[in-house]
Amino acid sequence: MAPLIETHGLTLHFGGLKAVDGVDFTLRPGEIHALIGPNGAGKTTFVSLLSGRRLPQSGAILLDGEDISRLPAHARVRKGIAYTFQVTSIFPRLTVFDNVALAVQSHGAKDLPAKTRAALARVGLQDLEAQEAQTLSYGHQRLLELAMGLALNPRLLILDEPTQGLAASEIAGFKSLVQGLVPETTVLLIEHNIEVVMDLATRITVLNFGQVLATGTPAEIRANPAVQEAYLGA
Amino acid sequence: MKVWALHLALIAALFTAQFVLSPYHTTNLARIMVLAIFAMGYNLAFGYTGLLSLGHALLLGAGMYAAGLSAQLWGLAAGPALLVGTLAGGTMAAAVGLLALRTAGVSFMIVTLMFAQAGYLTILYFAPTTGGDEGFTVAAAGRTFAGFDLATDTPRFLSALALFAVGLLVSLALVRSPFGRTLVAMRENEERSRMLGYNPFAVKLAALTISGLYAGAAGAAYALLFGYVGASFATIQYSILPMLYVLLGGAGTTLGPFLGAALMFALIEVASGLTTAYLFFVGLALVALVLFAPKGILGTIRERWVKWLP
Repeated sequence: MAPLIETHGLTLHFGGLKAVDGVDFTLRPGEIHALIGPNGAGKTTFVSLLSGRRLPQSGAILLDGEDISRLPAHARVRKGIAYTFQVTSIFPRLTVFDNVALAVQSHGAKDLPAKTRAALARVGLQDLEAQEAQTLSYGHQRLLELAMGLALNPRLLILDEPTQGLAASEIAGFKSLVQGLVPETTVLLIEHNIEVVMDLATRITVLNFGQVLATGTPAEIRANPAVQEAYLGA
Repeated sequence: MKVWALHLALIAALFTAQFVLSPYHTTNLARIMVLAIFAMGYNLAFGYTGLLSLGHALLLGAGMYAAGLSAQLWGLAAGPALLVGTLAGGTMAAAVGLLALRTAGVSFMIVTLMFAQAGYLTILYFAPTTGGDEGFTVAAAGRTFAGFDLATDTPRFLSALALFAVGLLVSLALVRSPFGRTLVAMRENEERSRMLGYNPFAVKLAALTISGLYAGAAGAAYALLFGYVGASFATIQYSILPMLYVLLGGAGTTLGPFLGAALMFALIEVASGLTTAYLFFVGLALVALVLFAPKGILGTIRERWVKWLP
């Protein structure tokens, strides 16, 4: 199957810090791919390059074979790459409805209320649509962030530490939600909760010091001695 | 529904006011409505999109001089001159925006201020054409619309009201549309907007251009309804005034610009009758505003009591 995303030698250094250092990476359509690695391994920087929030110093990013390396972020969103923020980024003073409507209407305003409510219903926020987003609990704000990503109808949904700060019960709901997204949407997940990763991911890439340490199925990653040494622990 | 009713009621009330008020106050009300058009445009950029410009006098001046000069030099009638002035404001805003919108925040304020000062000096520089400091009066032929001289009491009031009504209803429709939501998104969280697929530069440029159309229309209307074009309208004072109107009435409310313009006009009128230091009272009002109602009058009313106010 032709890859959805390919990167070749993707590189971004901050002075002497090699945040992303020659990463070759392949994302297959319809998979849930987890990106793991110790803190500072370059995971967030790497997905920032994919989403266009940062531009690479060298290397290429291909979406469906098309080079998107220099496209600005908003143009990549329109091509179907959605990014949800690690630190929740919503419109705090707008209603929950308006937050999601903004995502829906960015690719056409037809049936706006219906589509907005549908996206809210997918994450279970349909009863809170009239509330100001800043009055939501933290867990609900994470769900709102996710609903905004979903409402973009993306081909690739990048989730940056989506379960951070969620209660155990909320994590279970989140997992089933993400499982329901594939194969229509491909998911790239940065996640520290290793149980979530092992349960959800079809493939895992481990980053360390800006480089790919290993890629494989959860079983392969678990058995990889280099990964165990760098990250998973003995 | 009640939102539209409220706005139409204001327009109807203003229409009736001409039968109640003295000619002096009717003229003042016409002036307030023209200034409110300017302020509504400023509000779309500042109140809704979050673009704090210090250069809107340039856009008012562009509309005023484009309308006045095209009437004077080419003999355009009032209708076409108004159109030319409106487009001049929009074009000027787009041109300035292309450069100024590369900056944000304080830099944006400084760059827009700089452009406005350059515009003011340009008017003075071309004094043989523009009349320089003294300006010029628009001849009766240029103020004529459908056989009426617009700079006479009833035509002036009705023209100002018609333009104000169009401006108000367009701004209401705009801010309640999906596009209006996009404007607010820029104000609230530009980075998130970008990651929802919006090009912030394009959205802000559109907002500034619409704001310029309003300012241009107001400038042109002022020239045609009061028969005078002058460089004082391109000074920094006229960049600050719309901001004061909007802050007083309530930034990001559709009726705030009119309310603010009316109250500020009345305050200056009363205060300058008492003392030459009338700006002291303006300052006092602003301090009171910042202390007690930082969201402006209608902003506070919306927050506390009338949630549905647009």
